[in-house]
Amino acid sequence: MTGPKLEGDYFRFFGYDRRLALDPDDLQKRFYELSRKFHPDRFARMPPADQQYALDATSILNDGYRILRDPVARAEYVLKQEGFDVGEQRSKDVPPELLEEVFELNMALEELRGGDASARGALEEAEKKFIAMRDRIDGELAALFLEHDAAPGRETLQRMRGVLNRRRYIRNLVAEVQKELA
Amino acid sequence: MSQVFDIDFSAAHEGRVVGIDLGTTNSLVAFLDLTGPKVIPGADGNNLVPSVVSYTRDGEFVAGSAARQLLIEQPERTVYSVKRLMGRGAGDIQDEVALFPFRIAPGSDSVLKLQLGEKTLTPPEVSAQVLAQLKRNAEAYLGEPVTQAVITVPAYFNDAQRQATKDAGRIAGLEVLRLVNEPTAASLAYGLDKRNNGVVAVYDLGGGTFDISILRLHDGIFEVLATNGDTHLGGDDIDNRLMRIALEDIATEWGEDLTASATAVQKLRREVIKAKEHLSFVPVTRLEFEHNGKAYRREITRELFEGLIQDIVDRTLGPCRQCLADSGLTAAGIDEVVMVGGSTRIPMVRKAVEALFKAKPHTELNPDEVVALGAAVQAGILSGDVQDKLLLDVTPLSLGIETMGGVVSKLIHRNSTIPASASENFTTAVDGQRNVLIHVLQGERELVKDCRSLARFELKDLDPLPAGAARIEVKFLIDANGILSVSARDARTGKEQSVEVKPSYGLTEDQVEAMILESVEKAESDFNERQVREARVEADAILAATEKAKANDAWLDLGDGERQAIDVAVNQLLLVYHAGDHHLILAKIDELNQATMKLAETMMNSAVSSALKGTKI
Repeated sequence: MTGPKLEGDYFRFFGYDRRLALDPDDLQKRFYELSRKFHPDRFARMPPADQQYALDATSILNDGYRILRDPVARAEYVLKQEGFDVGEQRSKDVPPELLEEVFELNMALEELRGGDASARGALEEAEKKFIAMRDRIDGELAALFLEHDAAPGRETLQRMRGVLNRRRYIRNLVAEVQKELA
Repeated sequence: MSQVFDIDFSAAHEGRVVGIDLGTTNSLVAFLDLTGPKVIPGADGNNLVPSVVSYTRDGEFVAGSAARQLLIEQPERTVYSVKRLMGRGAGDIQDEVALFPFRIAPGSDSVLKLQLGEKTLTPPEVSAQVLAQLKRNAEAYLGEPVTQAVITVPAYFNDAQRQATKDAGRIAGLEVLRLVNEPTAASLAYGLDKRNNGVVAVYDLGGGTFDISILRLHDGIFEVLATNGDTHLGGDDIDNRLMRIALEDIATEWGEDLTASATAVQKLRREVIKAKEHLSFVPVTRLEFEHNGKAYRREITRELFEGLIQDIVDRTLGPCRQCLADSGLTAAGIDEVVMVGGSTRIPMVRKAVEALFKAKPHTELNPDEVVALGAAVQAGILSGDVQDKLLLDVTPLSLGIETMGGVVSKLIHRNSTIPASASENFTTAVDGQRNVLIHVLQGERELVKDCRSLARFELKDLDPLPAGAARIEVKFLIDANGILSVSARDARTGKEQSVEVKPSYGLTEDQVEAMILESVEKAESDFNERQVREARVEADAILAATEKAKANDAWLDLGDGERQAIDVAVNQLLLVYHAGDHHLILAKIDELNQATMKLAETMMNSAVSSALKGTKI
């Protein structure tokens, strides 16, 4: 059977040029269309070679959809392909502009863990603040996506990486607060 | 239903694919006809085949309702709820053995074996007997051989449990075209996609397992967003609560520990299940049990019952909430809720589900049959008869490998759409190292000891190189059945690297092959026996007819030589009658037929002439 080559990048597999601002509805539509074409269920009675192709193609399709539908994963994917170093270990350093908030947050977390229920209010406050920050960062990211698509360049990607690191840091904070509040 | 299913049978037909629900308590087989999916009844007219297997004293396997009767008569040769043991090791079934009368055979170290009388069997072999019964039912009903099937499994089944189910199918002589998750299958049966595009939650509480799946329906695509569950939670646990009360009562009233008698326990269990089922329709029922001339009676109100099972119902809600969270949804985002599994007949369960999802659950289809019906639809998808639907399912558990310090590094996260893959590079730690061992685990926890070990994969015959110089790219692939395969490639040479699999639980490929061989031999000897029996029936008929003819006048009309030839043929047939070769019997039947041809003709002629004379013979 014929189909796309099972190499190359996820954007191409989905029929896109490499661009970061993707319309989620359009992406979903393409995902469903490609699934209808390549899913192993469609090849259950075909020769083994065709079945293998369907399995390989669909696993690439699914892996790609998982990356492309998530703006953060998508951006990290492009950064990695461009040779940038992206990884969890970079999120350990506190971004300087957050030093004060993080200090206060850690105090509140300590108090709550120490049995001081009054710290709950402060934590809920902090949760809201960090979620708002994350949403702001998502806005920044969306703007950077458009900037990248208009004129791709390392300088934009560099800034994007900075924003992503900050976002990862805040995401971890939110998760920590939510775990403590639950 | 006909407008719900768009079925096109024009695709070249290569034999039908059936859909099988291999349940903890009951199993069903279904197929797709022009009007939609249909459950195939057994010879007793029942759609449900009890998942009970007995090994009789005559050395025969009995499965289904006949075996359920043997559960009481010969409990030590009979096993039920074996699905609870699928894909599990001898070391991790203590909880099951405490509650169920499983007789674990000695030597169950690497592979779990059950003792049925003098026979020892692995759980897949026991399940294969249930599957073989369903296969026979389908073949008798459809009048054609059935060799391909879709089998359903709980969505939350891990790799080993799935592999064990697939092994069972192969041992039963079925090519398992797909393992499909039970809640997903149920959503296919409901055909909700034709009514609207939306989000559906499927709550599936069966005999021994609980699943929750949330799906997005979009123009015939059934995309699972997330799934969760508990593979050891179901109606069996509810029965056990009632059993405990009854056993305590009996111990007090009769001064007798009933658990000493497996037969008595099974009889009591049957009454308890009856009472439980009754309580779904009436607010109060009586539990009545008689044994050895003693009687035990007790009233059970629904209120008492609900108090007993509250925590079991609550235990299903945690996975539901997690599933919602993993779907990125709240209850408000769920358009429809579908109820599956016999235990969802319990009003308390329905109330709890309705309260959680804030939607009235669908209960139109029989909750015992809906999974099998869905499996038949999936069978239609695979055979090409159903073109407008497609199921996109997920893996229920994260997959990872063991790294330094007993920590699990996740490679494929739970709720990833399958097929899914991940690649990882490995190297060597010492100069000249020839092999690398990769320990693969499934589960959500951080540490190896808290996750479930799937298998150890050994990369063998690496080129000897300085430490760290080798670069082996290992690809982990979860297929559409939710089953893992591993392949490896030397990134320097591009050469395919051999991988040896050592499953942590369950059977090796060689063991499965041996079991298939044994079952094929068994099937052949069964087949042979049946042919001998049929030949003897034919022999009986011709011997009786010959004997009768000797009383006819026509016998006297024959010459001495002709009469002698007939006697010789009769004697020769009698000689081979008890030998086990149907070819011989049939050959001698033929000879007797030849020898009696003249006799038959004479009889026919005299019958005709007497008829012409208007007289009776």
